[in-house]
Amino acid sequence: MAGELPFEKPLVELEQKIQELQSFTREKGIDFSDEIKKLENKMEKLAEEIYGNLTAWQRVQIARHPERPTTLDYIENLFTDFMELHGDRLFGDDRAIVGGIARFKGTPVTVIGHQKGKDTKDNIARNFGMPHPEGYRKALRLMQQADKFGRPIITFINTPGAYPGKTAEERGQSEAIARNLREMASFRVPIICIVTGEGGSGGALAIGVGNRVYALEYSYYSVIAPESAAAILWRDSAQAERAAESLKINAPELYERGIIDAVIPEPMGGAHRDREKAMAEVEKVITSSLEELSKLNGDELVQDRYQRFKNIGEFTTLVEA
Amino acid sequence: MFKEIFYRRRKYATIPSEKAKKEVPEGLMVKCTQCGTISYTKELEKNLKICPGCDYHFAMTARERIEATLDDGHFFEYDVELVSLNPLDFPDYQDKLEKDMEKTGLNEAVVTGEGTIEGHPVVIGVMDSRFRMGSMGSVVGEKIARAIEKAEQKGYPFIMFSASGGARMQEGALSLMQMAKTSAVLARFHRKGGLFISIMTNPTTGGVSASFASLGDINLAEPGALIGFAGRRVIEQTIRQELPKDFQTAEFLLEHGQLDKVVNRREMRKTLSRLLDLHLVRGDH
Repeated sequence: MAGELPFEKPLVELEQKIQELQSFTREKGIDFSDEIKKLENKMEKLAEEIYGNLTAWQRVQIARHPERPTTLDYIENLFTDFMELHGDRLFGDDRAIVGGIARFKGTPVTVIGHQKGKDTKDNIARNFGMPHPEGYRKALRLMQQADKFGRPIITFINTPGAYPGKTAEERGQSEAIARNLREMASFRVPIICIVTGEGGSGGALAIGVGNRVYALEYSYYSVIAPESAAAILWRDSAQAERAAESLKINAPELYERGIIDAVIPEPMGGAHRDREKAMAEVEKVITSSLEELSKLNGDELVQDRYQRFKNIGEFTTLVEA
Repeated sequence: MFKEIFYRRRKYATIPSEKAKKEVPEGLMVKCTQCGTISYTKELEKNLKICPGCDYHFAMTARERIEATLDDGHFFEYDVELVSLNPLDFPDYQDKLEKDMEKTGLNEAVVTGEGTIEGHPVVIGVMDSRFRMGSMGSVVGEKIARAIEKAEQKGYPFIMFSASGGARMQEGALSLMQMAKTSAVLARFHRKGGLFISIMTNPTTGGVSASFASLGDINLAEPGALIGFAGRRVIEQTIRQELPKDFQTAEFLLEHGQLDKVVNRREMRKTLSRLLDLHLVRGDH
């Protein structure tokens, strides 16, 4: 088990033991099959126990796992004929967001997503998936293009947040995000958004105003990073665990409040443990929602999106209506 | 982003609330945190809460702002009965809401309604930074969304005075989604040709700056107002260098092409009236 997380350690230890016994069996010819079987059963139980009772913080760690599939992985596996298109035509090409035209089961679509790096070097080039304004403006340009040519838009959300930097502020980070929120609300094509890992606040939402919004089981979507919330509330970023719990940021909790339309199930331990299985689940969701949404015309799609977001919120009234 | 406002940028002095004011004897004075000039509270209030020494704009309450903006302060308020729940059972949230209600005499961090500016009918929203730092949760998002819908129905321009630390943490992703909600409602208003004038006052940051506040057909700001997406300290930690003193001020944004105009509070009502006048359909005059 490569890239294990702290809470997965007992599993790793068991796995090592099993491997040792297996190599013993091979090298020395002693039969340990009973013991191996026992350990394997134990491991299965332990895995169910660990993954069945994950804390909010442990889920965040899975969402941030360095081997978690990225947008380009989903594009490569679920789409054909992908042609990446670059630049916002105003300032530059932000590699923290990728996008372009591709086919999904034969149908031309526009696909856009945050892109984290595969290694340190790539991550530096991708700015760890944290876009500058030009990233959001590139996304907007590609979405406007999709709207013009009647292509459905599919976005993959996976960012710690919009980049908090000096030049990002100078170039209007707020305006870039705000404009995307408004423009996405007006497009007359189906928009499907999938949170695949980190849904970091406004920087995530800026490509997240869809007719349907889904989240993978171990992903999160939050108004603020748990660490930052802890720093503000308890002046201690080490309390991130508590903040993650309080903010109710995990996919099932988001579903309960109508923030996402469904939870996409993941293989035990996370999408990186069985990429193919994870991809297949995502494919299913895109297929069915595209089919549903293709029945709506432009006006209906805009109205559907309007209602979807207008309905979110929990409050009460002091007087009877 | 909240943190910075809470602990660092508290440049305004505490002005007694409506309720407290009645109890304090006359002659209470306020010291300007910028230049040290001491003024009588009453005088300051008469002067639109602008420091006579340095022109610093003290924070205005929502009621004061409405009074200063609308004709004779005439105002018909919308949705005053909407109040927040504690949807996530967030620790201490309910308590803080109740305290802020008592402190401000408001039910939430935004007041919405309609009135006229030099005879022009408008739908107006005013945030009050004393209530949970003016942060946007479900109620704030809903009230703003409904106000914009009202403006659309009535064919009135929409005027929004923002003063907010951003999305409200204690309502989690529900607050985040209010950014999309208000923007989606503005999108429809925009498509139908509605005029939206956004005025950013101190502070307009985070999720509020990254949603409706930046979406005006005309974006105005008060002098010296802190406006930005990320908090200063977060940025300094990220880029590991000190930021210029005027970073994220209204003047800084103007220089970087992010604002239409910085307007002194004394000129605000006149400016709004002129803009409203310029947007009247030809032949109205």
